Amino acid sequence: MREISVFDVIGPNMIGPSSSHTAGALRIALMARRLVSAPIKKVRFILYGSFARTYKGHGTDRALLGGILGFNAEDKRIRDSYRLATEAGIEYSFEPNTTEQAIHPNTVRIIMEDEAGNGADVVGVSIGGGNALLKQINGIDISITGNYQTMIIMQKDEPGVAAHVTRCFYEENINIAFLNIYRQRKGEIAYCVIEADNELTQSLVEKVKELPLVRQVTVIQL
Amino acid sequence: MFNFTTGSELLEVCAQQQCTIAEAMLEREARYYNTTKEQALARMGHSYEIMKEAVHEGQTEELHSMGGLIGGEAKKISAHRAQTAPLCGSIVSKAMSYAMGVLEVNASMGLIVAAPTAGSSGVIPGVLCTLQEEHGFTDEQMIMALFNAGAVGYLIMYNATVAGAEGGCQAEIGAAAAMAASAAVELMGGTPRQCLDAASSVIGTMLGLVCDPIGGLVEAPCQKRNAVGASNALVCAEMTLSGVGNLIPFDEMVEAMYKVGRSLPYELRETALGGVAATPTACQLCGLCS
Repeated sequence: MREISVFDVIGPNMIGPSSSHTAGALRIALMARRLVSAPIKKVRFILYGSFARTYKGHGTDRALLGGILGFNAEDKRIRDSYRLATEAGIEYSFEPNTTEQAIHPNTVRIIMEDEAGNGADVVGVSIGGGNALLKQINGIDISITGNYQTMIIMQKDEPGVAAHVTRCFYEENINIAFLNIYRQRKGEIAYCVIEADNELTQSLVEKVKELPLVRQVTVIQL
Repeated sequence: MFNFTTGSELLEVCAQQQCTIAEAMLEREARYYNTTKEQALARMGHSYEIMKEAVHEGQTEELHSMGGLIGGEAKKISAHRAQTAPLCGSIVSKAMSYAMGVLEVNASMGLIVAAPTAGSSGVIPGVLCTLQEEHGFTDEQMIMALFNAGAVGYLIMYNATVAGAEGGCQAEIGAAAAMAASAAVELMGGTPRQCLDAASSVIGTMLGLVCDPIGGLVEAPCQKRNAVGASNALVCAEMTLSGVGNLIPFDEMVEAMYKVGRSLPYELRETALGGVAATPTACQLCGLCS
């Protein structure tokens, strides 16, 4: 059965008004921002389902921007994230899409860019109680909850990457809880997602990056 | 031993260990969630601080909700209490005002503790902060009261639901009020069985309450239901402490609530398609369909 801590009942501590429409939205953006290594300068949010219909009244927009700014769920600055994003030189837009229906009600697509025009295109879903799921990165279906220390490795789909990565984890003495590799087409870009119990250190990240087939390493530790 | 999953198991643990519900829940947390009692108490202390701050904000700040449907109600109740003897007595007046204020904080993107949900976040602080002020309980006692409330909420979550989308408002405000009633009984010296009796009474008196927020927003009628949830908790705690028993055991009442919740039509489970949300006036206020 499900495990329920007392803090799942008395909690989460969060900026209101809604765990699914505010706290969950924030969590999606907090995870997504990590996929862009340089400061984000431009971000488009495309909102679906209930997000598209009620985002203003639930502060979903402010929460999403707050996540891009790196605010955690208890941060009272989320209320002012429009102003703070502008001050940080971030250009943003919200585009409700009410025509596509076959999507989970609380879904957002976040398209981010840095100054040089590099970026990431991420789809996330708020799944209730402040929890969230990233389900697509740059068009490739993945599944990331952020409940563990997570490493996302963008790699060429060729032999040897998983062997290299698991060796790096072994050498740093970090236990892997889950490992999944997602790809769309053979031989192209794939995403290796590793969820671990311990903190993912900078030296681990550097080691993983040493293999030329590894294109980008992202760490999500919420 | 402390891995109870029903109310009757919880009562057995309390009887065997000669402990309160709060102590049993704290022990459970320390044993199964990779933490120490000290850490869990400190973390709950932080949660209680947030609750107190939210109550304070609701009484003092000018709050504007995102949807514009609520704002300023908590202050009105308190102003009335200051000017005249309130009809419900000062404790109920205070509890309802505090509960409503926390909902205003929530609706204006302030910081709250979902207890058990954001939409029902006013009930527990409304009851507990009032009792602390009126009876002079220490913060340590209040933190234990939150563990008691957490035990009741956990049992409802485990065996039923606290989500409005699944069980209607009876599952959200109903759970919050059951948790608050149980905590109040323990604070006032009641036994573990009396705590669950009070919780059971609350659920039985809120059975069938639908979730029908105007515009789909956590504002109205949510705010008033938080006030009613807080008052209901106090009323049921009072009944129990007076020696009024409860015919239906807590576990059976939770199951009944779950069954009622599942038989509620889709329109009455947080979709804003029925109930208050579907009245002509609510439709005018909302603008969702336009």
